[in-house]
Amino acid sequence: MSTTQITPTGLTTPATPATAPARPAVGGTTYAPIPFSRLVSVELRKMFDTRSGFWLVASIGILATVATGAVIVFGSDDALTYGTFAAALGIPMTVILPVIAMLSVTSEWSQRTGLATFTFVPRRGRVIAAKAVCALGIGVVAMLVAAAIGAAGNLLGSTIAGVDTVWDLSVLQFTMITLATVLNMFIGFMLGLLVRNSAAAIVAYFVYQFVLSGLTVLLASTQQWFADLQPWVDFNFSQGQLFDVVPSAEQWAQLGVSGLFWLALPLAIGLRLVLRTEVK
Amino acid sequence: MITIDHLSRSYGSFTAVDDVSFTAAPGRVTGFLGPNGAGKSTTMRILVGLTKPDAGSATVCGRDFADLPNPGRQVGVLLDASAQHAGRTGREVLTIAQRTLGLSADRVDAMLARVSLTEAESERRVRHYSLGMRQRLGIAVALIGDPEVLVLDEPANGLDPAGIRWMRDLLRDYADRGGTVLLSSHLLHEIEVVADDLVVIGNGRIVAQGTKAELLAGAGTLVRTPAPSDVQVLARALVDADLDFSHVDRGLRVEAEPEQVGALALAAGVPLVELRGADGAGLEEMFLELTADTQRETTLTTIATSTDGAAA
Repeated sequence: MSTTQITPTGLTTPATPATAPARPAVGGTTYAPIPFSRLVSVELRKMFDTRSGFWLVASIGILATVATGAVIVFGSDDALTYGTFAAALGIPMTVILPVIAMLSVTSEWSQRTGLATFTFVPRRGRVIAAKAVCALGIGVVAMLVAAAIGAAGNLLGSTIAGVDTVWDLSVLQFTMITLATVLNMFIGFMLGLLVRNSAAAIVAYFVYQFVLSGLTVLLASTQQWFADLQPWVDFNFSQGQLFDVVPSAEQWAQLGVSGLFWLALPLAIGLRLVLRTEVK
Repeated sequence: MITIDHLSRSYGSFTAVDDVSFTAAPGRVTGFLGPNGAGKSTTMRILVGLTKPDAGSATVCGRDFADLPNPGRQVGVLLDASAQHAGRTGREVLTIAQRTLGLSADRVDAMLARVSLTEAESERRVRHYSLGMRQRLGIAVALIGDPEVLVLDEPANGLDPAGIRWMRDLLRDYADRGGTVLLSSHLLHEIEVVADDLVVIGNGRIVAQGTKAELLAGAGTLVRTPAPSDVQVLARALVDADLDFSHVDRGLRVEAEPEQVGALALAAGVPLVELRGADGAGLEEMFLELTADTQRETTLTTIATSTDGAAA
């Protein structure tokens, strides 16, 4: 048994033993509020400090490398351009990053760590904001890492094939792809807030990303009225445009309008639920 | 200092916490006692802001918990030792707490030593921890900010007898140094040995509260005789002496001091095998009585009946 004695702070009572270090009176001690930057660093740590979290983040680098290798091995010589590598890298990013963002929220409920988290920081909005900042940071860094791996692959691939190295992706285009990826990530984040259950949120994301998008493609190909309307109401579609083009003013507007319904509104509802719901 | 003021919380038609008021004072261990599902945990969750009350308020250190600038520095909380990420190591759980609260890194090792978790144990993942180890880790998290108030929900669950003794000494020492301790349990004897004040809750309502001494006073004397016939003789003597009493197993519980009962037994020529203040038994009887209509037993009977009905 440890013989260390606990010494509660902020107390002076006549009963305090003489051996106890002098402590200020109750209410005499003021504690600094927890700065937001500290919350961000703690939330970032929480994304990496389990095996599953670590491998999820590591899988970004691993899958980027695999995708790059696949282009080098299987791509035809004339396809060995930076744009091809970027397209191949985009697929794992669309799957992994939203799951990372989502799990950072849902694990507080599924693993019940929220009991401790929201007791340390009762203003839950600050925790959620810190998680959002982390998601944004990871998204941007992951895209930069992927771009670097893709560039290395482009150099290597063209050298092996003996063709000229083609850099056919502008910084602006890359920025648009990053924006699209981050928006996708926040779809995951939003679903996490809304559902607060890891398994259900992942299923919801895959339904949104792969089932729903397939259905809207089908609907647009058969119904002309929907094809006209789609860019305004289908966020997946309007956000997907970012991968191919730098949006026109109309396309930006379409992104904004569809994003309002598919991202901003559910995000607000999810946030409200998280702030009000009981943590058990 | 913890102040709970006319707190209520319902879930649909079920009232989990019904107009609950009490205080937990510095320098004292306040035992929060009640059967399972009586509303202890809900009250504690409301206190630390995890659940919103329908009515009433709960303050700690004179403020709403959520208004404390860095709550972990003032209030140590352990609500459920199992509510930790199974994939984190014990050390990592403490490190997250240490970083969130902005404490120096050496607090982690200090707390591990404080709760007797070894270096090797601290590197293991929480999924491999026994419930007792999780309780120790939870206590370490609660203590890491060096708080002046402790709020612990069923902290003795899963601890072995030595662990329970350790916990009791820790809480006693903590309160003796001026700390406020609010400790819940559904086991009377567990709380009886350490608490200074008791708050008994049943069915969401406070059914008794006061210092342990107050609640024990009037518990009377427990007296046992070798044979049932002797009990009859003693009972007649008590009636003659105008003393109230009730029958217990092989004896009587008398509303009088042991000296008086002993003298009466001697005068009546009744041999005794036991004569003592009925403190433990009295409190237990009170606990069972006060919570009788809310006991799980009755609920189980009701469920059994309705199940039978459904089956038939």
